[in-house]
Amino acid sequence: MSDIRKALKERILVLDGAMGTMLQAYKFTEEDFRGERFKDYPTPLQGNNDLLSITQPEAIKTIHAKYFEAGADIIETNTFSGTTIAMADYQMEDLVYELNYESAKIAKEVAVEFTKKEPHKPRFVAGSIGPTNRTASMSPDVNDPGYRAVTFNELRIAYKQQVEALMDGGADILLVETVFDTLNAKAALFAIEEVKDERNLEIPVMLSGTITDASGRTLSGQTAEAFLISVSHIPLLSVGFNCALGANLLQPHLEAIANKTEFAISAHPNAGLPNAFGEYDESPEEMGEQIEAYLKKNLINIIGGCCGTSPEHIRVIANIAAKYEPREAVTLSAVEKSL
Amino acid sequence: MKVKQSKYMRLSGLEPLVLNENSNFINVGERTNVAGSRKFLRLIKEEKFDEALDIARHQVDGGAQIIDINMDDGLIDGKESMVRFLNLIAAEPDICRVPIMIDSSKWEIIEAGLQVVQGKCVVNSISLKEGEEKFIWEAKQIKRYGAAVIVMAFDEVGQADNYERRIEIAERSYDVLVNKVGFPSEDIIFDLNIFPVATGMEEHRKNAIDFIEATRWVRQNLENVSVSGGVSNVSFSFRGNNGVREAMHSVFLYYAIQAGMNMGIVNPTMLEVYDDIPKDLLEHVEDVILDRRDDATERLLEFAETVKGSKAEKTVDLSWRENPLQDRITHALVKGLDAFIIEDIEQARQESEKPIDVIEGHLMIGMNVVGDLFGEGKMFLPQVVKSARVMKKAVAYLNPFIEAEKTEDSEPVGKILMATVKGDVHDIGKNIVSVVLACNNYEIVDLGVMVPPEKIIETAIKERVDAIGLSGLITPSLDEMVYLAKEMQRENFDIPLLIGGATTSKAHTAVKIDTQYKNAVVHVNDASRAVTVVGDLLNKQTAHEYVSKLKKDYDEFRTKFLKRGKEKSYITINEARARKYNIDWETSEIVKPKAMGVQMFKQLSLKELLPFIDWSPFFRSWDLHGKYPNILKDNVVGEQATVLFNEAQEMVQDIIAKQLLKPKAVFGLFEANTINDDDISVKKKGEEIAVFRTLRQQLKKRDGIPNHALADFIAPESSGKTDYIGAFCVAIFGAQELAESYKAKDDDYSAIMAQAIADRFAEAFAEYLHKEVRTKHWGYAENEDLTNDDLIKESYKGIRPAPGYPACPDHLEKETIWELLEVEKIIGVTLTESLAMWPAAAVSGYYFANPEAKYFGLGKITDDQVKDYAERKGIALEKARKWLHPNLAD
Repeated sequence: MSDIRKALKERILVLDGAMGTMLQAYKFTEEDFRGERFKDYPTPLQGNNDLLSITQPEAIKTIHAKYFEAGADIIETNTFSGTTIAMADYQMEDLVYELNYESAKIAKEVAVEFTKKEPHKPRFVAGSIGPTNRTASMSPDVNDPGYRAVTFNELRIAYKQQVEALMDGGADILLVETVFDTLNAKAALFAIEEVKDERNLEIPVMLSGTITDASGRTLSGQTAEAFLISVSHIPLLSVGFNCALGANLLQPHLEAIANKTEFAISAHPNAGLPNAFGEYDESPEEMGEQIEAYLKKNLINIIGGCCGTSPEHIRVIANIAAKYEPREAVTLSAVEKSL
Repeated sequence: MKVKQSKYMRLSGLEPLVLNENSNFINVGERTNVAGSRKFLRLIKEEKFDEALDIARHQVDGGAQIIDINMDDGLIDGKESMVRFLNLIAAEPDICRVPIMIDSSKWEIIEAGLQVVQGKCVVNSISLKEGEEKFIWEAKQIKRYGAAVIVMAFDEVGQADNYERRIEIAERSYDVLVNKVGFPSEDIIFDLNIFPVATGMEEHRKNAIDFIEATRWVRQNLENVSVSGGVSNVSFSFRGNNGVREAMHSVFLYYAIQAGMNMGIVNPTMLEVYDDIPKDLLEHVEDVILDRRDDATERLLEFAETVKGSKAEKTVDLSWRENPLQDRITHALVKGLDAFIIEDIEQARQESEKPIDVIEGHLMIGMNVVGDLFGEGKMFLPQVVKSARVMKKAVAYLNPFIEAEKTEDSEPVGKILMATVKGDVHDIGKNIVSVVLACNNYEIVDLGVMVPPEKIIETAIKERVDAIGLSGLITPSLDEMVYLAKEMQRENFDIPLLIGGATTSKAHTAVKIDTQYKNAVVHVNDASRAVTVVGDLLNKQTAHEYVSKLKKDYDEFRTKFLKRGKEKSYITINEARARKYNIDWETSEIVKPKAMGVQMFKQLSLKELLPFIDWSPFFRSWDLHGKYPNILKDNVVGEQATVLFNEAQEMVQDIIAKQLLKPKAVFGLFEANTINDDDISVKKKGEEIAVFRTLRQQLKKRDGIPNHALADFIAPESSGKTDYIGAFCVAIFGAQELAESYKAKDDDYSAIMAQAIADRFAEAFAEYLHKEVRTKHWGYAENEDLTNDDLIKESYKGIRPAPGYPACPDHLEKETIWELLEVEKIIGVTLTESLAMWPAAAVSGYYFANPEAKYFGLGKITDDQVKDYAERKGIALEKARKWLHPNLAD
């Protein structure tokens, strides 16, 4: 049994919080984003946060370290947009391997450092695999519902490249996250299986969907349970939801899947809903209170934060999580009986 | 029943579909299947996707919990249509809330479908048909795409059609999937093949019960799996009687579900509530489904007559039942309706003094009307054959009564011996003539096919027949007929000889046969003439006069014909070779086949051949002349052609559903060069492995018009280029057995129909295979984009001439093909002593790929080529003369 699986049995694991929110505080300029290396790059680069792993690696390392200090067991690599598809906006398709590799390497360095300091609490790196900015099962053109801006194969190839680089860079886990279109996620899972097969090695996979509104469905229209079923063909380390909603609004969806799967359950909600200025202003304590509600119900194995969360939020969450037992693993036959 | 289950299948569309121990039967909608719904096929062909979506929506609204989508049709781009339709469905939340079943026999279509659906689908289907390796690979891919899978009970040997085979294949498939692939057992669904019962065939009796018991075994022994199937198949033989079908479906499901069948394709409108099935009907249906008694089928068939159709059925105009008895009998005969004939005949029998009077009175009056209408061209052959079916049924009913009386011999008008000659297997024409004569009250002694002359002579003497009819389709049969005429002369026969069949002609009859026999020899070119000819021949008063008129007519015809033949002049074979067709081999395109060597084509579904069928010859075999589809609207024969065509379609569907015919093919692609002008040396890695001998036209032609031989289309060795040639044989197995099964039920109409359809399938298969070879295996026309009409018009590049046909009339060349491709060993098609292929529905030939290759007719050749040919081929001159006989210039 790998370390992470062992740790997962013992306690509720804590995932880090937002990377983007933390980077905003640095107020990096276009020049900072470019650094020396991309001084003359033909496209504007400000906002390409993934690029900062190359041009501002110290900032990234610092943020990772802050989350570990706050009590996180797992940090996510700075690779949310690290596919040729998402990088096309910056004409940086050719840099995809390097971006992922460097991001994983930086994160791993920090993790190794902390594990060395606190051997009783090993730290892990989750290679973050975002949804890309295209959707495989919906048409962007309302007049042509049969049209698709991206195909399964294009996604599969792009994800495969990202996965290989993340693994080469030292990621311990792969985290397919913020899944708004299940078909995109299936392409990512397909790519991961291909890499596992080709390299003949195992790597734990976390998968996290996102439910965008009160209808309780993913953007591509699936209910929480339908989503769960659609991604359960791969032995996942965990399945859950992140982003979009605050912690309290996520609870019913977590409940909808928690007793229907053998996989661990994860949640990394936003710090509430954005306010009128687009900022997340839920305090660590407010968020912690809501999260405690589901920890009490024994719904969770991995808990963390998404948009608007900071190391302070994670510190509060980690402290609360330490008080509760993790959700017990269920077997599917037991699941069926409960229906 | 205790099923073995610890995990349950879970599927998803936008919403989950989870099976558990309390789940009811899962109903799969199948109207969105081009093979199952003509309407859907038409909409997809016409790209009316909006309306096609409505069908899907209607299915879901109607309660389908999964929708099966199939785009396997030769005339549509299956992959493209599958992707487009699934993409459109994804935009319709009221449809895509249910899981999708991606249904195709082609992996590329399945995979394309899996790539566009976000939910957890079901793949329909995979099997061990093409071996374990492919099965494992596909299962791994399906697992990776996250879908459940239907596994057909099919393996390398074939489809499971009994209890043991179903279990054997299911167990093996399960073991491979679970232990070698790691496939989740709860995602395995077995389709254990639901086949029809009550077909009248002994081997189909246990079809339902075997399925049910195999289902029970699978659910008790293979943990977590599901069992599915297409339910309507079981009642196929009761098409048209929805009342019985609905009951059969309910009974079948009642037992199958108890045995553990938990999903399937069922049309909800074709289902009766089990408890609402009337007790007597229920008993009869259960007897059949559960195979409870030997006569279950007969009893249900009988009982079915009394079952009123379901409310959905159209009402039939039964006003003719009000008419007087004779009118009713005549009506039944003219219309070919047998539903009430027994009832009417029984009434007629009671009203008559002797049962034989019913035949000679009521029935003959009716048949005379049929004969008159036929003679006037107001009825057509298929109708007459149907009339005969009614007649036969009536006579069969009366026979026991007649036998019981037996006070007086009744004599038929005449007794005719019918036979297809030695070495020939074609008997559609002979059967048609037999039926037409039989319904004109002639007694027919049918000796079948491949009848040796001694047997014909012996039977003719023993049975004291009044005439002999010979039939044949291939050219060697002509010589058999000549031989038989000689024998009849030797035995001093004085009865007429009738000659018929596709290769026969008045010319051949007049020149070769008539001269051998002093009595009447008549060439009968169509069935409708047979009755009048035989009538005139056997009429004691006029026969003598008629026969001398015939003899004179044939003599005149012969003289004229021979004179005409002599006017043509021929050049020597050497001169002809100097005038060969020249291809510029420096610039001519030679494409190396992608796959060389011999390949087999075994498990093709008949469905795929459907679009390749050329129907025009089908109508010709029924003496309806015209080109399909225009013939359906023809002023004279259109109506009848349409009826015939619709009935053919029904039978075709039946054949496909029950897999009554089996297509098999073998072909090979080889290196080749022309040597010594007219021979084609076939090579494997430079080594000669066979030589095809071709024949060259010798008719004297105008300057600039070449004298063709097929060898001209292959690069000569002297060109220094390696060229290629192909050879093939396709065949449809099972037609004979099928026809026999109809004949056993006195249904000659269906028997003839079955053979005619098998012939069409064989031709379609040849067309299909040629296309596959052109575009894939050889690949010289990869980008070919031809419509079906183009195919029928042969607008493609390259030719596929067949030995025995005009370009290469020597049937002996088939032996070379048989050796080269090991035809008999690989697919089991044999050659008779006359080199006819068996089964009869078969086509064999060569493939020439050169763009300049074209069809031609050899015409007549002279003795110098025959001698040369005999030497090249290493056969006796006499043998060569015998086989090339029809082509020898006199």
